[in-house]
Parts: sequence; structure tokens; C-alpha cells
Amino acid sequence: MLDMSVVILSCIILGAGAFFVVVGAVGVYRFPDFYTRLHAAGVTDTMGSELILLGLVLQAGFSLIAVKLIFIGLFLFITSPTATHAIANAALTAGLRPFLSVRAGTASPGSDRSDQE
Amino acid sequence: MALSVALIVSAVAIFVAMLIVMLRLFIGPSLYDRVLAVNSFGTKTVLLIAVLNFIGGRPEFLDIALLYALINFVGTIAILKFFRYRSFQMAMSSVRGRAGMPVDKEE
Repeated sequence: MLDMSVVILSCIILGAGAFFVVVGAVGVYRFPDFYTRLHAAGVTDTMGSELILLGLVLQAGFSLIAVKLIFIGLFLFITSPTATHAIANAALTAGLRPFLSVRAGTASPGSDRSDQE
Repeated sequence: MALSVALIVSAVAIFVAMLIVMLRLFIGPSLYDRVLAVNSFGTKTVLLIAVLNFIGGRPEFLDIALLYALINFVGTIAILKFFRYRSFQMAMSSVRGRAGMPVDKEE
């Protein structure tokens, strides 16, 4: 009974994680601006990867495999937002402007940030 | 039975997500779109290796996944640093200007 409930819970969490991963990828493909793509990728990558690893940990039980999966989850939980922040900071430093409205013009890679004030 | 179906479904979903992210990697207009796509692709690769471990029943894949997670993060930071300073040699503290502000204003 308990085994069956753990299996069902693992299936549900794996499905939710797969959903988040696919939704994040579609967002990275379809969003109009770099910063919106960054938002889609950064949020859903962390959520989806943690959910998938949690589903795998539920299947592994108490073993070395579960410990390794928890370590991978810890690394991803720390490094994924850090990498996202580093990419955003580098893009803003290089002068990539956010796409604010249709009238404000498109976000081009080489445009200077200082001309907006 | 249900568990293996869930594992295969999540593996296929991760693979489809990797293909979509790779499209962004090819068509991405700026450099940072491509860096973002590479980073996201690496994270999905870690997940795919971890799921394949359970499908194939080979526990040594998890070590590869752990190593890949580390290399992915360090590689992303190295790519960003290289395209800001155009060199791997220069230390952060030897560059004029505050961190987070543009160093060179020409072009």
C-alpha cells in the first residue's frame, strides 16, 4: 500500500517536472525579448529540475543513489539562479536593453544604455 | 509498470525541451540568448542523464550527471567572462571600473 502510494506520488512529481521543463523550453523559444526568455528559462529550469530529481529520489529510496541525486539537486538549486543572474548582469552591462514597449523600439544587442536618459 | 512509463515520458519530454532550446541556440539574435540556451541545455542534459540512469539501471551515470552539473556552471561563467574581457588571463580586480558598470564606452 505504501509502496503503491510512493510510486503514484513519484509519477505525479515526474510528470509535473516534465511539464515545467517543456513549458520553460517553449517559453525560451517563443518569448519576444532576451530578458523574458531569461525569466522563462531561469524559473522553470530550477523548478522542473528539482521536481524531476525529487521524483527520482522517491523512487530510489534510502540508498547511495538518493544521496547522489540530492547532491545534484543541491548543486542545481544553487548554480541555476546564479548562472541566470550572471547572464542577466553580463547582458545589462554589455548594453542590451529590455524590450519595454512597442514604441520604445526593439532591443538590439549593440545599443548603448546611456542614451535613454 | 506505471513508473517506467512515467520515466520514459519524462525522458521524452526532456529530450523535446532540449530540441526546442537548441532551436533558440541556433536562431538566437544576441550572444546572451545563445549563452542562456547553452546553460539551459546543460541543465536538461543533467536531468536526462539522471532519468536514463533509472531507465537503464546503471547507477554510475549519476556520477557523470554530477560532474556535468559542475562543468556546466563553470563553463557558463567562463564564457561570460571571456566575452566581457576577451581574455581568460585578466583578473577581475585589475580591470578599471566598478563591477557591474561598463568598462569601455567606445564603439
